[in-house]
Amino acid sequence: MLTLTIILQAVASAALAKMGAGIGAGIAAVAAGVGIGKIGGSAMDAIARQPEAVGDIRSNMIVAAALIEGVAFFAIVVCLLILFI
Amino acid sequence: MIAKTKIISFFTMIFIITFTLFSKGEEVIIADSLQNNNAENAPSSEESKKFEPGKFIFEHIGDSHSWHILSIGEHDIAIPLPIIVYSQKQKSLLVFMSSNFHHGKTSYKGLKIEKEGENKGKIVEVTEDGGLTTDITASKPIDLSLTKDVFEILICIGLMLWVFISIARKYAKNPLSAPKGLQSWIEPLILFIRDDIARPAIGEKKYNKYIPFLLTSFFFIFFNNLLGLVPLFPGGANVTGNISVTLVLAINTFIITTFSGNKNYWKHIFNAPGVPWWLKFPIPLMPVIEIIGVITKPFVLMVRLFANISAGHIIALGFFSLIFIFGNMSIYAGYSISVLSVTFTVFMTMLELLVAFIQAYVFTLLSALYFGMATEEHH
Repeated sequence: MLTLTIILQAVASAALAKMGAGIGAGIAAVAAGVGIGKIGGSAMDAIARQPEAVGDIRSNMIVAAALIEGVAFFAIVVCLLILFI
Repeated sequence: MIAKTKIISFFTMIFIITFTLFSKGEEVIIADSLQNNNAENAPSSEESKKFEPGKFIFEHIGDSHSWHILSIGEHDIAIPLPIIVYSQKQKSLLVFMSSNFHHGKTSYKGLKIEKEGENKGKIVEVTEDGGLTTDITASKPIDLSLTKDVFEILICIGLMLWVFISIARKYAKNPLSAPKGLQSWIEPLILFIRDDIARPAIGEKKYNKYIPFLLTSFFFIFFNNLLGLVPLFPGGANVTGNISVTLVLAINTFIITTFSGNKNYWKHIFNAPGVPWWLKFPIPLMPVIEIIGVITKPFVLMVRLFANISAGHIIALGFFSLIFIFGNMSIYAGYSISVLSVTFTVFMTMLELLVAFIQAYVFTLLSALYFGMATEEHH
């Protein structure tokens, strides 16, 4: 019984790593989606309040979205490292 | 002052070229290795070559010692690139074309391209009998070859020189006429960088010093991103998705920020105003945090550009791999999924065009912000 658990754990560790990478990538996607969704939402509100500031709001929104995507990509790179190295 | 940043831009190019020469190389040996695999995995699939999506994707993302154009059946059409290697075992500098390796079938001058293991794709020494067995006792030779990414950088440099020198000549000839042709494409971008990135971030008085670097890095990243999206020959190499290239770009930003930091900048790092004294002495907690911040800012620049561009390429390659994976199951499934795949790939490529511009913009904007913070006067 004990030997079986040990063997199972040894076999599962490689698979567990891959599952961990998958879950990590999923969490990164969710986090990026939530963050950029909030930015998009407040950008829409701001444009509705003051339509003549569309240009400024749009560029600031894109900058903030790119920065958040950068962080999400960190997580993706770590997951890829787990999978392939 | 302007000459100094021009010299720095020149050294950027040299630096990038030198660093990419040391980056990993992966020989594209599609037809031969698939044949070898088939010979070993004897009877299962003799007709169809087994498609490995992971290998396919990494071959197209990574660097390579020859530029593979296409494979017709068993023949590869590839452009051989020069291999420049300093072999420590033979103590000599060897220069030859990569066609001498015959796509990995022979060794040449005591060297070969490794096909598996941790040195996959790199040039290693072979044993004295001249066969194909790796000499594990010898250290790897110093690889200075002109790989695919380096060649693509040179193509991009040529493109940039052509575009900007022809525009500059038009402006020199009649400076007051309305822009036409190539000028009307590039002038709005240059003015955008000057008026919306450099001036607000660095300030009216000092932005002129940094404009050459900002313009060069913006157009270098933008053109390389665009060239990476073109699948045909002078394009299609994943330059900005190569972490060595983005490392050098980030190092340039770091060097310029550090060397243009004024007293105010260093005071904010080592002796931040408004922070209580017990965070700085005896255990300098605040200065350590600030120094970590100084290192992570360029590091994040590097990873952001690398990951965004690589991810875009991996997505496009993933959609194409879907076609072949389905095709392995049944040829009609392959044909039918190809319509969907190509549609999605076209859509993703449109998105990638936007990402190409946005990543160049964000890199330049953040560099300008760092320069602005480094040269800020006391307020």
